[in-house]
Amino acid sequence: MTQLLESLFGGLSIGSVLLLSALGLAIVFGLMGVINMAHGELMMLGAYTTFVVQNAFKKTPLEGFYIFFALIAAFIVTALLGLLLERGVIRYLYGRPLETLLATWGVSLILQQFVRSVSWQFIAGLLIFCLLFFGAMGVLSRLANFERIRGWVIGLMLPISAAISLTISHILGQTYKLAVTNPWFGTQGVDVTAPKWLRGGLPIVKEYQLPYTRLFIIVLTVVCVLGIYWFLNKTAWGLRIRAVTQNRNMSACLGIPTATVDALTFAIGSGLAGIAGCAVSLLGSVSPNTGQSYIVDTFMVVVVGGVGKLVGSIVAASAIGVISYVVSSNALGPLVGFSESLKGLFEFFATASMAKVMVFALIVIFLQFRPAGLFPQKGRTVDA
Amino acid sequence: MTQTNSTVAIQPSELGVNPLLEITNLNVYYGESHILRNVDMGVAAGKMVCLIGRNGVGKTTLLKSIMGLLKPRQGMIKLMGEPILTRTPDQRARSGIGYVPQGREIIPRLTVGENLLLGLEARPGKGRKAEIPEEIFDLFPVLKTMLWRMGGDLSGGQQQQLAIARALMGKPRLLVLDEPTEGIQPSIILEIEAAVRRIVETTGIGVLLVEQHLHFVRQADWYYAMQKGGIVAAGPTSELSNDVVQRFLAV
Repeated sequence: MTQLLESLFGGLSIGSVLLLSALGLAIVFGLMGVINMAHGELMMLGAYTTFVVQNAFKKTPLEGFYIFFALIAAFIVTALLGLLLERGVIRYLYGRPLETLLATWGVSLILQQFVRSVSWQFIAGLLIFCLLFFGAMGVLSRLANFERIRGWVIGLMLPISAAISLTISHILGQTYKLAVTNPWFGTQGVDVTAPKWLRGGLPIVKEYQLPYTRLFIIVLTVVCVLGIYWFLNKTAWGLRIRAVTQNRNMSACLGIPTATVDALTFAIGSGLAGIAGCAVSLLGSVSPNTGQSYIVDTFMVVVVGGVGKLVGSIVAASAIGVISYVVSSNALGPLVGFSESLKGLFEFFATASMAKVMVFALIVIFLQFRPAGLFPQKGRTVDA
Repeated sequence: MTQTNSTVAIQPSELGVNPLLEITNLNVYYGESHILRNVDMGVAAGKMVCLIGRNGVGKTTLLKSIMGLLKPRQGMIKLMGEPILTRTPDQRARSGIGYVPQGREIIPRLTVGENLLLGLEARPGKGRKAEIPEEIFDLFPVLKTMLWRMGGDLSGGQQQQLAIARALMGKPRLLVLDEPTEGIQPSIILEIEAAVRRIVETTGIGVLLVEQHLHFVRQADWYYAMQKGGIVAAGPTSELSNDVVQRFLAV
């Protein structure tokens, strides 16, 4: 009994992390059909945002509650980045999954390197470049014959802005030395410490207590799921999103601004990744590679649950969570005391990495029988 | 009947001074195949215009070009005097074109009520009320009883009525109907006919209809006949003689 309860809560807490990180992907991949390999990096940025907010709130009266501000900040930062990603890259690739996959994978590498090397010098250079290049494009686009000279303008402005911004950032580095060239985060992991009231745990049974951070993540997951459910089913924008995902052309013919709907959907999915990142930062140290360790798991949850079905993701995340926990903690071992060989088998899989192997194997077998996942889409699926 | 060999002039007396929809010299291609050739036509407010022709002559292509789902290579489409070719489908819907496509395209996993509410998207202006006006149920009483059913679970005839009702929710100036009676039982065809006729008479909007069902064609005020991607005949439907029907309607 004790074992069962323990594995249930342990599994739920693993499942809630999985679900929280998969929720945004379930929207972006499940509803829009966009394979976003940079989803894990959006989580990672959410985690770094939490780290920044935590440092900003140090030694202020609100120190204990920084996590709530961090959640909001992480959502906003990653949602804006997602918006930029959709408007700048992905919208040109709708209906071309392979190109989307490669492009977003490239973006994920860029984001990882960005976090490693970002410094004041770097930011200053980037800002100056954007200001010069996009400023010039903005001013020149008012010219009547802009469409004709567009290629020339880009060819000319790109090297000029790049040269100016590189020179200025180099001079900055020479003048202020380490003060500006020192990377903000570096390649090493950074640590987010949970606020005082989240330390310790809730004793569930003897010898097992559920850490408050885990409990916090479970509650956060429930809140996010309910929030998304409410948004999709009860608001006007939710209705638009559901219409566009089911029939893009007809939705456009009805007057729904499909481009805005795409951008909004992607931004919300990315924002949820940020919230997931914030939650993940409470569980361990955060490094630029953090996102990579989650991306496979999150895609797994969405695929097992059935693409396009939020309910599927919820069930799949809990199931995968519980199975991982049960296998890795060897909860079934004592039950099969009658057979030495079976016991040995369970012990063999009772480590985190072997449990993962087991879970993957089970998923592969499961998808042989239900290729469309737990809750297959009826009728026509997402077009783009 | 006014018929010439190449193109047919739009009758100014029929279209009035400011035609609702005006198409001049429209040429549309699918890849390299030339689908629409030099199409000239128009729809006047308060009139019902029917487009007839055998399968595959380009009627649906013409409607899709009006809606913005296909990009013409050449030509001009004006709605209420304004060129609309640069607008996207959703902008055209908000400019006042209500579209009922072939196959109805009801959003399957939304309820009937939600499908109807989507029709409001085309209505310009903020602060609109998110409710379904009674006129819709006066036209199509069957919809009132099934507001909570999923759109995909309705029968073909019910879906067709829903599709027309949904287009009307946006208070369009021009209603574009693509074969609204295709695969629908005769009693419901009569209901749909009566409803469309009533819409034209009570609201004064223009209707552009693609239709194969002769009884419905006769309800229209004016017809254009298409052959091989071009308009080859036009005139008031009262002058639509049986041999013309023989020639242009698929039997």
